Amino acid sequence: MIRRVSEAVEERTGGAAFLRKTLRYVFPDHWSFLLGEIALYSFVVLVATGIFLALFFSPSTADTTYQGSYGPLVGQEVTKAYESGLSLSFDVPAGLLMRQTHHWAALVFVAAITMHLMRIFFTGAFRKPRDVNYYIGLTMLMVAVFEGYLGYSLLDDLLSGMGLAIGYAVALSLPVLGADFATLAWDGQFPGTSEFFSRMFIAHVLILPILLAALITIHLVFIARPHHTQFAGPGRTERNVVGIPMWPGYALRSIGLMLAVAGILFIMGGLIQINPIWLWGPYHTYQATNGAQPDWYLGWLIGALRLVPGFDVKIGSYTLVPNPFWGGALFPLAVFGFLFAWPSIERRITGDRSQHNVLDRPRDAPVRTAVGAALFSFVATVFFAGSADRAFVQIGIKYEVQIWIYRALTVLLPFVVYAITRRTCEELRARELALGAAPPRRVRRGPGGGFTPAGR
Amino acid sequence: MTEGPERMLAVAAAALALGAGVLWLAPAVAQPGESRASSGEKQNVALVDRGHRLFQEECSSCHGFDARGVPDQGPSLRGTGAAATDFYLRTGRMPLSYPGQVPTRARPRYSERQIQALVAYVASFGGPRIPAVHPERGSSTEGQQLFTSHCAGCHSITAEGGVATGVAAPTLKDSTSTQVAEALRMGPYLMPRFNRELIDRHGVDSIARYVADIQQPDDAGGWGIGHIGPVPEGMVAWFLAAAALLLTARLIGESRRGGG
Amino acid sequence: MDAVKAIARRLCRYLVAAATLLFSRRRRSGDGEEEGLRERRTSPSRPAELAVVTLLLLAALAAAGFVAAYIAKADTQVLGLGIGLALICLAAAAIVTGKAVVLQEEREEQRPEFAHPDAGHTEGAELAVTFRAGGEGISRRRLLGAAAGVAGTALGAAVIVPLASLGPAVDDRLRASPWERGIRLVDENGLAVPAADLSAGSFLTAFAEGVDHEELAASVVVVRVDPRDLELPPERASWAPSGILAFSKVCTHAGCAVNLFRKPLYPPQQPGPALVCPCHYSTFDVLRAGEVVFGPAGRPLPQLPLSIDADGNLVAAGPLSGNVGPAWSGVRES
Repeated sequence: MIRRVSEAVEERTGGAAFLRKTLRYVFPDHWSFLLGEIALYSFVVLVATGIFLALFFSPSTADTTYQGSYGPLVGQEVTKAYESGLSLSFDVPAGLLMRQTHHWAALVFVAAITMHLMRIFFTGAFRKPRDVNYYIGLTMLMVAVFEGYLGYSLLDDLLSGMGLAIGYAVALSLPVLGADFATLAWDGQFPGTSEFFSRMFIAHVLILPILLAALITIHLVFIARPHHTQFAGPGRTERNVVGIPMWPGYALRSIGLMLAVAGILFIMGGLIQINPIWLWGPYHTYQATNGAQPDWYLGWLIGALRLVPGFDVKIGSYTLVPNPFWGGALFPLAVFGFLFAWPSIERRITGDRSQHNVLDRPRDAPVRTAVGAALFSFVATVFFAGSADRAFVQIGIKYEVQIWIYRALTVLLPFVVYAITRRTCEELRARELALGAAPPRRVRRGPGGGFTPAGR
Repeated sequence: MTEGPERMLAVAAAALALGAGVLWLAPAVAQPGESRASSGEKQNVALVDRGHRLFQEECSSCHGFDARGVPDQGPSLRGTGAAATDFYLRTGRMPLSYPGQVPTRARPRYSERQIQALVAYVASFGGPRIPAVHPERGSSTEGQQLFTSHCAGCHSITAEGGVATGVAAPTLKDSTSTQVAEALRMGPYLMPRFNRELIDRHGVDSIARYVADIQQPDDAGGWGIGHIGPVPEGMVAWFLAAAALLLTARLIGESRRGGG
Repeated sequence: MDAVKAIARRLCRYLVAAATLLFSRRRRSGDGEEEGLRERRTSPSRPAELAVVTLLLLAALAAAGFVAAYIAKADTQVLGLGIGLALICLAAAAIVTGKAVVLQEEREEQRPEFAHPDAGHTEGAELAVTFRAGGEGISRRRLLGAAAGVAGTALGAAVIVPLASLGPAVDDRLRASPWERGIRLVDENGLAVPAADLSAGSFLTAFAEGVDHEELAASVVVVRVDPRDLELPPERASWAPSGILAFSKVCTHAGCAVNLFRKPLYPPQQPGPALVCPCHYSTFDVLRAGEVVFGPAGRPLPQLPLSIDADGNLVAAGPLSGNVGPAWSGVRES
């Protein structure tokens, strides 16, 4: 029967040879190469559960009186958006399972991309010919973060409503363009008209998913074309790929990973509560709750907004740069800008403009690893500044003191981390060279005899 | 800063005015632990006497032998009434280890009888009675609305407590309805005060009902992970899900580089 | 005899060479499944196959359980466990199959060559030549280029401009506020706020009468302090009758509602009575006209002048002292 199908395919598409080549496509099988797939399969779960949710959700800010099954909200005026979220949670069979799985999948999606980005960075996989693919990946990270923000803001609960107000303030704070841009997006002053929710909805369920799907497709093509990178090892060169063929080994592993991602996400969606909007209550511009936080992937921004000292850049009474700009816009743009620029920076520093298909171990590129670790420590410090207030107040450190400690850490820690990381990498390599355990390296013979390493 | 005594007098005066208003309300109900304000003169006198002796031993070093306060140590308690004393003693916030310590909830230092005695003693100087609260008469919807408007800014919407400049607002997970009402009317430490005109008796009942309910929130989605939102959710996403998936990846793939 | 031995030895060598060629691993020759193969392990594993069967059956059981639970309107937890376990069992089955049941191979494949520009005459150079050849015969290159640039820019602008339909121009809408002299304050239920209702330490949310409560400028927070503690600037001396103060409830940093009032009864007094925003902890000193004493806010909280009308209710005595909510680039504070 398989023969008949294969013949049928060849008769109609002439694609049998291509498919055969695809089935024999070789994947290097290191476990860290699966991180991108975890992200991909989280996206699949997001789309599947998202379609279910979109069939029930109502992106409308029209007021309605809640008469559903959650007692403390009965009789309150809420928006239709919030009410449809409550209905999904309490009245639609399997609705809460889908909602929670969808939200967990979003958190894991961005976490997987982050882990994948770190693997790409620290192994030098972004070098030519894959630098364009690296830019595509970074773009997808930005889109994914924004998509998540829109997603949880659609529900119009107290927590996410506060987050939208802050987003509005950051948009407003963009120099020159800010006011026009913000009132354009919100169709007026915050909280905007009903148009705004429709726009969020269309962006979240149509525009951004299509964009992501297209970018993912291009990303995969740009992986398949030059073939995947691999670590150095016996029989592995810059010109070949050694690993498992697509069929049957890799396909089954990958399908297994997809099922595992879906399974874990559904188990969490059923067993661990996330975003219980009925506990938060509906959003009103005149309400706020203590302890409001964004989803984890925006934690670095709330940290930055809290750490920046209180000043608006003014000329006389004329405001030039409102405060939220520094933490909410400039900081993330700078971090992403640096990540985008890194392949070019590294090419300039090392003078290495050749293509690479063999990966570095982190220790093989001490400067890159140290810079990456320093950047990570910088972002991580700001991230913790955004959410650790409660924890530290519990153990007796006043919030005002915490802020100064964090400010000092963001400035000093990256330098310390850079120095330590670089030294560690160099020591590890030196030790390997001494023990003869390192992969083959070029050596230079001195004029007086003797050999010295002639590495990077 | 030696404005202490004058401020305390001002507070006491306001409390007295408040007390007059509270006295207009229904008499104290015989809930467990409340002082029985009028169950016999002889018993009452004995209780006040006992409270006086206890006060001399335990409280006078900061609050003065006559409860008029000691400058820079502790405020006057005259006119603060049964409600305040009951609140502070039952939540263990008093006695402090040293003047100026931030009052925090702890195990009560005194036994039931001792608390009753001290409450009776301080109440003998006048002031608000222990309020009567009936959470079952409150409306859960009104409670949710009132709590969000008046309380969530400090205590967070799920009553888990909160943070602000120079203060940590405590969690309400251990608060009884009486304590909620006492705190609302009193405005202890840094908390604002909500008098009867701003939140009426039914409102207090509703807020008490909300607090009682939120101590066992509706966790339809499973494990509540602390009911404080995205921070524990992010931790679960990383330390449970991402960890499990990393493990899965390790199981699937090879770990020796160039191995296999 | 020696000649025969020599021939025999040569024949042997030829035979050995032929055998070696026949039976050794073929690298590039041939089109069969041997191409690129480095290692093959195909011993069947009965335990692994049994494990896969078990896992598949468990998956089926869990999936059936999910269906049953759905029909029985079971809790979210049961539903999640059902479908989750089914998927995980399937995942385990697939992984075990992939790693221990099906054909195990390690293969090698050649990568396509992407020519580096330094490598001399490359495909990339050829591509450029082909592209440029299309322009053979054009005489006025620069003029055509410039005209194309102008047309492109204009068309680009034409495409982008309809985006402006999305929303209103900034104008004074961001500055608009309903507050002016005589507007009454009302509470969340729309009832007037008698000044006598507030006592020292009170904290209340109020709105401009007749205005949608969601409007940013409509909401104010009203507090009452001891009038002797006030340190308002002279022009605001009359803004706080009986120590009652009102400020816009929208934080001037990033727009959250300033829903936190700390009112010290006794030391530590610092900071004194203050409104605090729970988002980033901007702290506004109410005794000093909403001045920022901590946190990232760059502007004080706009204050609403109050007076008490004939009925004893709170009314606004004028407009707010500044723009409501977060600042925007280009705004001028009056």
